[in-house]
Amino acid sequence: MYALLAIGFSLIFGVARIVNIAHTAFYMLAAYCFYTLLVKTGLGLVLSGLISVGAVTLFSVLCYRLVIEPVREHEAAVLIATIALALIFQELMLFTFGGHFLGIPSTLEGAVRVLGVSIPYQRLLILVVAAIMLAGVWFVLYRTRLGLAIRATANDLEVANLMGMNVHRVAMATVALSVALAAVAGVVVAPVFVVDPFMWLAPLVTMLAIVVLGGLGSLKGSLIGALIIGYVEAITVFAVPAGAYLKGAVALIIMVAVLLVRPEGLFGVAFEEER
Amino acid sequence: MYWLRRGWAQLRTEVLVLPSRTLAALWVAGVLLLPLLYGDAYVLRIVTMTCIFAIFAASWDLLAGYTGQVNFGHALFFGAGAYTSALMSLKLGLSPWTTIWAGTAVAFFFGFVVGYLCLRLRGSYLSLATLAFPLIALGMLFAFPDFSGGELGVSGLRRLMVTPTGNYYVAAISMLVIVFGLWALADSKFGIVLHAIRDDEVAARASGINTLRYKLMVFAIAGAAAGFAGALFAHYLRVAGPSTLEVALSFQVVIWGVFGGLATIYGPVAAVFILYPLTEWLGSFRAFGELRLLIFAIIVLLVLLFMPRGLTPWVRDKIETQCPRCKQRNSFSRKLCRLCGAALKAEVPGAQRLVGHQ
Repeated sequence: MYALLAIGFSLIFGVARIVNIAHTAFYMLAAYCFYTLLVKTGLGLVLSGLISVGAVTLFSVLCYRLVIEPVREHEAAVLIATIALALIFQELMLFTFGGHFLGIPSTLEGAVRVLGVSIPYQRLLILVVAAIMLAGVWFVLYRTRLGLAIRATANDLEVANLMGMNVHRVAMATVALSVALAAVAGVVVAPVFVVDPFMWLAPLVTMLAIVVLGGLGSLKGSLIGALIIGYVEAITVFAVPAGAYLKGAVALIIMVAVLLVRPEGLFGVAFEEER
Repeated sequence: MYWLRRGWAQLRTEVLVLPSRTLAALWVAGVLLLPLLYGDAYVLRIVTMTCIFAIFAASWDLLAGYTGQVNFGHALFFGAGAYTSALMSLKLGLSPWTTIWAGTAVAFFFGFVVGYLCLRLRGSYLSLATLAFPLIALGMLFAFPDFSGGELGVSGLRRLMVTPTGNYYVAAISMLVIVFGLWALADSKFGIVLHAIRDDEVAARASGINTLRYKLMVFAIAGAAAGFAGALFAHYLRVAGPSTLEVALSFQVVIWGVFGGLATIYGPVAAVFILYPLTEWLGSFRAFGELRLLIFAIIVLLVLLFMPRGLTPWVRDKIETQCPRCKQRNSFSRKLCRLCGAALKAEVPGAQRLVGHQ
């Protein structure tokens, strides 16, 4: 799940050089959308999931065109714009749905026993969806023309532009792709966690830790970073007293330690000095 | 009498000729005279908080705007100052006047450590790594609730002064001293070196500047100023809680800094003085109470869409023009440069835009 978020964030940074703080806010939006469709209007499970992913993705493209694109030249302004967007989403959700937690009934009941450990189907679903999405992203990035364009733009924006690619459109496609990943994560996770307007903050920090750990702009790095951080958090909670408070801290300490040794992260490409 | 006349002449020739300086002078006078003119306790309280946050925002700008070390974890220094000062004055029973300096010193040290750890990082990696530090500190605080008070924080501190007006003046005067100190620092040779580091670190090092030492120093100075603000904050609210370390505060200072205009020092201060009272004021309406963050975010977004370089550079460009010959700034109403007499309006249309800003 974290891997989905991290890869999306990593993509958007690598291609469009946007540090998208609002990334997890889209994840929250998707969860809310899913909740509304599923519980309030009683649409089917798959249908409401698909609709919410589609709607959030469209919405993100709209946000990108309206808010981010006019200030693309100014890196700092982009940063603030994404923070402001995230705040706006949070407040809108707070206003519409109220601040209390909303539970979504588990979409799949029952559990399967593997090696004596019972795993609910819901968690299995997350695993399967994550795996499918990762495979899908890999396919798009490495086996299609769009993927080629995205990777080329990530590598060198100006040269890609000179080679006749529509860099703006590529950036927009990347935004859509990455937000779609976040939205999928939001939809599959919503039944396991509770949905509330502040649910975007905690994953944001973990996601940033993963992305930096794995190296910005690297797909493989994000995946491995997600595994490392996920296990470390779980181990800390079980092994250390008061671990629940320290789990974020330990994960972040590991991130800082890795950065000290390898400033570009585990699998990051060292960016050329940009002038 | 002579000094009076001399002072007036200085004021007229140095301050009143430029609208931006006039505005700054008016602002200083306003901050100093506010309790005499309008002594409402609620207003004083808001402006006191504004002053404290202005120190905080200015210190962030020195680090992020001038040196280009965009720090996402500036709340660490604020929180370090607040907690150190609070714990020392509560556990050791020292006077707040001494523990504030202890808080500043600890934040200075933290700035040094963070700067040392981040020396090799640059750009987005630095931003994201610094985001981690206050969260690590927050985790530590929650893990040892006996010492730190956990979620509730350290409360029951003594104030610096008894009266609200006294507290106001402590905050306002230290704000003015620190802001003008940072401004002077940023305008000095030291500031030029920081500009050089931001624009091209390799070239700066090649010119014989020990960039590592400058980066460490600027981290430590910014940390100390933020820690001072944090300590003031703790003693003003009489509580040092986990909110001083939160991500929200770190983001808040980034918003102030960019909204006001990077690398200006006065920009973030102006932004705090506009945005903080604005949010409080919006919050005072019951209808807007729930929506105030929303409105805040929308205002920030709109302002950025129209003036992406920040508020103060935009305003400054409107009210002043730069002389194309001697690069001195002039009031917008003048036709000729006040120093060298060159015509301010460039004959070639569009050429004005080529004259760089700073």
